[in-house]
Amino acid sequence: MSDIPSDLRYAASHEWARLEADGSVTVGISDHAQEALGDVVFVELPEVGQQLTAGQEAGVVESVKAASDIYAPVSGEVLEVNSALTDSPEQVNGDPYGSWFFRLQPSDKAELDKLLDASGYKASCDSDA
Amino acid sequence: MGQRTPLYEQHLALGAKMVDFGGWDMPLHYGSQVEEHHQVRRDCGVFDVSHMTVVDVAGSGAKAYLQHLLANDVARLTTLGKALYSGMLNERGGVIDDLIVYLAEDGYRVVVNASTRDKDLAWMQAQAEGFEVSVEERPDVAMLAIQGPQARAKVAELVSQPRAALIHELKPFQGLAEGDWFIGRTGYTGEDGLEIILPAAEASDFFCELVGAGIAPIGLGARDTLRLEAGLNLYGQDMDENVSPLAANMGWTIAWEPAERDFVGRAALESQRRNGESQKLVGLVLEERGVLRAHQVVRVGGVGDGEITSGSFSPTLGKSIALARVPAATGERAEVEIRGKWYPVRVVQPSFVRHGKVLI
Repeated sequence: MSDIPSDLRYAASHEWARLEADGSVTVGISDHAQEALGDVVFVELPEVGQQLTAGQEAGVVESVKAASDIYAPVSGEVLEVNSALTDSPEQVNGDPYGSWFFRLQPSDKAELDKLLDASGYKASCDSDA
Repeated sequence: MGQRTPLYEQHLALGAKMVDFGGWDMPLHYGSQVEEHHQVRRDCGVFDVSHMTVVDVAGSGAKAYLQHLLANDVARLTTLGKALYSGMLNERGGVIDDLIVYLAEDGYRVVVNASTRDKDLAWMQAQAEGFEVSVEERPDVAMLAIQGPQARAKVAELVSQPRAALIHELKPFQGLAEGDWFIGRTGYTGEDGLEIILPAAEASDFFCELVGAGIAPIGLGARDTLRLEAGLNLYGQDMDENVSPLAANMGWTIAWEPAERDFVGRAALESQRRNGESQKLVGLVLEERGVLRAHQVVRVGGVGDGEITSGSFSPTLGKSIALARVPAATGERAEVEIRGKWYPVRVVQPSFVRHGKVLI
């Protein structure tokens, strides 16, 4: 069974989002997503300063098996990307909730409430299976 | 639900992620595909390949039949147990399947792919007309591949003395029977190792013994990256019924001599050879970050376009590699389109890693 921390919000497309104390939102991919992908070998991150809208492609994660797009769970400007993942993409498998992809400044915090909570995301994963 | 090998329950118990492969429920990996890949290159591992189709060919006309059926010539098999890799072609010179044939005491043992089983058997039966030959599938057997530099030594410790002796004596690309087991020094990884065909009822106990002795189970995922690094074709991806062996790096498997041997597809191949084959299968190496995948477009400046037939991340090289069918005039450089962007790639001989050594 995959790990779904209850303090995060989730998109049905398998990104997690965490609201930080400074009002920014950190984004990564869920344990369920990394498990489904298998060994991650390549990550393409968005550009710092890029404006993303919720649901827009924000990057790519590739495993040995397949490529998968990463979508912005909420709209906003990219503040920072985790370039350590470019050199060590396998971190995503070992620690999916520590291996963040990018941080953005949300343009509308209410969008966070539209994301799934842990139980909603679990239900969404179960219905995929 | 797909077909299951005798080891299905063991795969589940070992935590395998199961996938459909040619109608069979097979293990993709048991945790990490990349770790399994390294395990085989550095030590050894065991693959369940019981989905493969084993066919015994016997009778007074067996040799003549296979000389008609296959592009390679079984007359080259002069010592008992020697194996030959060949394409089985249609009249247009396209590849119906690729296979291994061993010279056995009472005929030949042929191993063909799982996903092509039905059409292969139908074709082999149809071509048998007029020959004194029996073509018999062996659904009563299972097949395990133990591959890696330590494979032979480790397996020899677990089997009976006569089987251990045989394992030590086998030459590369040779397979012999010992009791109701058949042990071949063949494989699909570019490493030394064994392929063991044994009664299906014994497969489960033997697999448990191997795993119990620390020989890690390896899934189809690593099997694919290992064979890709070794530059070994995968049927249905790198060639099929519409591809000539000349355009699939299989020219060496065509026995042109003796000229009077009239194998299926010969006329078509000779015409292609006269006209000059327009395409070839090459290796590609992506020096930048990214992953080459099947069906991506290859562009060769001033020459034309091609296509990747198999691509993945190479765990041994730490970068992406591919097999690609490109115009015959392709030189040392090309470009590949990945998600709308063009990336430069190096064009190399389609063999990247053999016996643990990087060749490019």
